[in-house]
Parts: sequence; structure tokens; C-alpha cells
Amino acid sequence: MPVSSQNSQLIYDALKSAGVRLVSALPETWLVHLVGLADDDPEMILVRLAKEEEGIGISAGAHLAGVSSAMLMQNHGFLASVNSIVSLAQLYRIPLLMLISFRGEFGETDPWQTEGGGVTIPVLDALGIPWKRLDSPSVVKKSIQDAMTLSSANLRPVALLLCRDLMWEDAN
Amino acid sequence: MKRIDAIQAIYPAIADHVVVTIMGATAAELFACGHRPNFFYLEHAMGLASSMGLGIALARPDLKVIVLDGDGSVLMNLGGLSTMARSGPPNLVQIVFDNEVLLSVGVSFTTATADVANIEGIARESGVPRTATCKRVEELRECVDMALASNELTTIVAKVEPVGPKSFFIDPHMLENRFEFERALRRMGDSKPIGDVNE
Repeated sequence: MPVSSQNSQLIYDALKSAGVRLVSALPETWLVHLVGLADDDPEMILVRLAKEEEGIGISAGAHLAGVSSAMLMQNHGFLASVNSIVSLAQLYRIPLLMLISFRGEFGETDPWQTEGGGVTIPVLDALGIPWKRLDSPSVVKKSIQDAMTLSSANLRPVALLLCRDLMWEDAN
Repeated sequence: MKRIDAIQAIYPAIADHVVVTIMGATAAELFACGHRPNFFYLEHAMGLASSMGLGIALARPDLKVIVLDGDGSVLMNLGGLSTMARSGPPNLVQIVFDNEVLLSVGVSFTTATADVANIEGIARESGVPRTATCKRVEELRECVDMALASNELTTIVAKVEPVGPKSFFIDPHMLENRFEFERALRRMGDSKPIGDVNE
């Protein structure tokens, strides 16, 4: 499978050094290594979700209980979670670190991913959620730490978009 | 049984623990029994009270967490029952007040529990290890006491009449409640939260 295990490890290590101790996830192809790393780590609490919006509630609870968390989901899971982001995370000023695999961009081969790809950034912007693309290993560690810092300071959700160039190793 | 009588009856058992309640009538009735900073009233995000309770229970295994839920809310997040069961925190008790309607919009809109659905059955088959259905106040009080003593994830369905309070008044404000609750949790229990970097 050409999902980059090396970059997944880089992302995971950055999450840990940013203080993340709980990860809730609904995996898709690009996220399998990341979920596996959380599963294998005795220091990490991994919650496997049935639907992404549960993760908003779990992260809110964990935050109020003093534990930093992150969510791993596809952009379609983010789109499915919009009400919970608005009605819980934003309404109650909950810092929420969302790592969103950004399917449906240039290079996408799956037709079913393409509509969601086109509306992800407009929806993030409409919600006023600060976001940044992670498209190169060189920006991973600092961006994750910076996202956590901002989220902890403004008590609001932030999004990091895990891009194809980072997550997928095309066989050339 | 009336939900307000049920909440009054279990109040002494739950008051010193972490309590997360759903919105509206249930929140107002808990508030009417006496506000405490370790009570969180989730005034929106219907369905996610149990997910919040799960997050707290996993983050703070030294605390007991009680979620006051409703049939309408549980039916909005059925997958959450399986997530809760799969994570299986022993310190989480979910009490589902099942009045078979969405009361805040009037009694005419019944939920599926009025006709076909059985929340205890759904919880049990989702893998929640301890489940019960209570129809009388005394029965519920005993069930809650046993659940808190059991150290096992529990879902209790309390069948209640579709009546609520005249007013949904709650004071503190939502954000005040959010911050006081966070602060109260820091002072509770006997161990530091996992990964707490601020202590």
C-alpha cells in the first residue's frame, strides 16, 4: 500500500510531542498507519469511532478533563461533523485539533472523493476555522505544534489538511 | 415515574461525581435539584452527551462519570453506544430517561421507543456489559447505587412520563458552566489527569 509510513510516523511523533494523549479516529486508507501507531502505543488512548461527530464530543470531554486530544478523519467525515463542530466545539469554546485527510484534490483517482474535495476549504472558511495544508514532511512538526498552540490559546477548532503529496507515495 | 422525582431520588448518589446532562427539560430538572460545579449541562449538540461522558471517563479513570441522557438523544447517536461499549470505561454510567417523545417540541412527536425500539436492548447488543430498565423510582435508585458500586460500564433506561418543568431556566450561563466544570474536574479525584502538562 503506497500510504507513506514514514510521513505517518512523522505526523504521529509530532502529535505526541504536542502533548496529544487521546486520539479518536475513523480511518480511511490514508490514515491506516496513523491509527495503527496510536493503537500500538500504550501511552495513547485510541477511540475507534462509528461516526466522526462522536469524536467532537469525546474531544470536548477529554479537554474539560484535562487531556489533549486529536481527531483523525477524512474530509467527508469533517463535512458530516459540521453541526457538532458548531454546536459543541465552537459554542462551548473547545480547542479541537482536527487532522483531516484531504481527498479529492489534484491527482485524485476515486471519482466519489471529488465532490467533497471541492467544498472542504470553503466549508472550513465558512465556519471560520483556521486551517493549513500539510503537503511536505518539512512543515509537519512545526505546523502541528503551531496548530495546537493556537487552538489552546483561542479555545476553538483548528484543522490540518493531510495532503496527497504527504500521505501517498505514487508508484512512478 | 416522573423524571423530576427520579432525578431527586438519585441526586444524593450522583452529586459528588461528574455529571453530564442533555439539554432542555432534563438539564433544568437537574439544576432545580441543586447546581454543582461538577455538573455540565450540554445545551445543544443533541446526542453527544454520552460521547462527552466517554471522553471524560477515558481521560480521568479516577473519577466516576454519570451521563443523564434521553431517548431522542440516544437515537441520534446510536453508533456512540457501540463506541462506548467498545472502549468500555468501567467508570461510566449512562442513565437514559425514556419518555417516548421529543418533549421540548410537544408530546405529539413520539420517538421510536413509543412503538418499536428498545434502548436497553440496543445498548446490550451494542456490547454494554451492564444494562437495566427501571419503571419505578425506588428501583432506579437501587440500580444507580449498584451501577456506581459495580465498576462496570452501565446503561440504565428509566421509563418516565412525558412531563417536564414549566421553565428551562439554568444559571450559570453556558460558558460559565463550561469553565467552572473544567476547574471542578481539576480539583476532583485522586490522580492527575493523563498527560496533564499544566500541573
